[in-house]
Amino acid sequence: MLLILWGVLIQFTIPIDNGDALKNAEADSQRTLYPYVTGTSIVAIKYKDGVLMASDMGGSYGSTLRYKNIERVKAIGKHSLLGASGEISDFQEILRYLDELVLNDNMWDDGNSLGPKEVHNYLTRVMYNRRNKFNPLWNTLVLGGVKNGEIYLGMVSMIGVSFEDNHVATGFGNHLARPILRDEWRADLSFEDGVKLLEKCMRVLLYRDRSAINKLQIAKITEEGVTVSQPYSLKTFWEFQAFHNPTAGAQGSW
Amino acid sequence: MSSIGTGYDLSVTTFSPDGRVFQIEYAAKAVDNSGTVVGIKCKDGIVMGVEKLIASKMMLPRSNRRIHSVHRHAGMAVAGLAADGRQIVARAKSEARSYESVYGDAVPVKELSERVASYVHLCTLYWWLRPFGCGVILGGYDKDGPQLYMIEPSGISYRYFGAAIGKGKQAAKTEIEKLKLSEMTCKEGVIEVAKIIYKLHDEAKDKAFELEMSWICEDSKREHQKVPDDLLEEAKTAAKTALEEMDAD
Repeated sequence: MLLILWGVLIQFTIPIDNGDALKNAEADSQRTLYPYVTGTSIVAIKYKDGVLMASDMGGSYGSTLRYKNIERVKAIGKHSLLGASGEISDFQEILRYLDELVLNDNMWDDGNSLGPKEVHNYLTRVMYNRRNKFNPLWNTLVLGGVKNGEIYLGMVSMIGVSFEDNHVATGFGNHLARPILRDEWRADLSFEDGVKLLEKCMRVLLYRDRSAINKLQIAKITEEGVTVSQPYSLKTFWEFQAFHNPTAGAQGSW
Repeated sequence: MSSIGTGYDLSVTTFSPDGRVFQIEYAAKAVDNSGTVVGIKCKDGIVMGVEKLIASKMMLPRSNRRIHSVHRHAGMAVAGLAADGRQIVARAKSEARSYESVYGDAVPVKELSERVASYVHLCTLYWWLRPFGCGVILGGYDKDGPQLYMIEPSGISYRYFGAAIGKGKQAAKTEIEKLKLSEMTCKEGVIEVAKIIYKLHDEAKDKAFELEMSWICEDSKREHQKVPDDLLEEAKTAAKTALEEMDAD
């Protein structure tokens, strides 16, 4: 009887049951098969006062650099920063879930607030459960934050692999940035040194990752709160001898 | 004005010969028996206050919240049966969330009050449900500025400058009418609401009470939150002083 009442006031979306999502062609259109608009690497490190996270502002549509003003690092609640690479629409959906989570947490009004560890755990559960249904959110997420003096940095991938570390990177950053970080990261990095280290990684990515663009933001989270920098560009150097006369070794078109 | 509706008061689906639905009126009586709830719309926001009658000395202060946030920009103060109130608050939260999910924007306060009123009214239409035994004061801040609505167990919802429900509602309304609300800021409003609640609290009938207050104004960044502790203490002191001055006369 209550169903009749609820039906009067709430519109239900009628679930379309097309059967087995794995085999049925119609059901295929309801699960994520490929990413469409993607963001490239995120690089993040712990430093003396908190966490620094760097990302560029590009959204690629395949090999086209279609969107150049996408913020891929967002503040979550009072204590966390979330950076995402991969499908941008899935990132936006995750932000909606987290917005609801933070709102419900705030409405208790009991002096408590969600910390980075809790948000990371929530994201891990969401990503893993979606993967188990063969309908992943096509993102690799980086979650950093500070609560009660504890600095936290972790990562979740689209298959639900989740871990914490002193420095993390997604996508190409894993291959190009992490070796640099393994050599040069220290626990007592100052803010300036941390930014320099991140810029070093981002510059390598800019040279070598074709979906990177030269417009980046660096976000900082400390006990005091979140600051996201204005977008800026890195200086690059292209005056190598080999670039001066690129066809010197092979004249003509063939 | 109590009339016995013998025979016509057994079900909410029965009208009396003089056109009244007694069950709804009885539900309103449940609200009248609870501690007073006051809400005012000031120049720059809304202030709500609740006279929480303390049932037992063993209760922890600040527990048993009567004012709840319904969304970032709106809050509800409940008078009457607390469990019924919880249902209404849960429904309001759900409506606000669903509106934002569908329309991408915070629910306008008018829309929210209509949805809540519609839900309260729903429970007065079927014999297998009983009306809610609680009245609600809904305060919010949207694009049209601060707004205050009151929803009664009958499902009626009106917009107010100042509203009161519960035991001392008549006395509270008289006091509110004396205030110049259009010139008052919320900071001043907090002190005035505290004074009103302290004034109409009947020491003889109900011994102890706890004052709970919330506001939505520019100072709270247009978000519904508890009145900050220092301002609340200031309001309580001012209210107690005003009472003493009155008693001294």
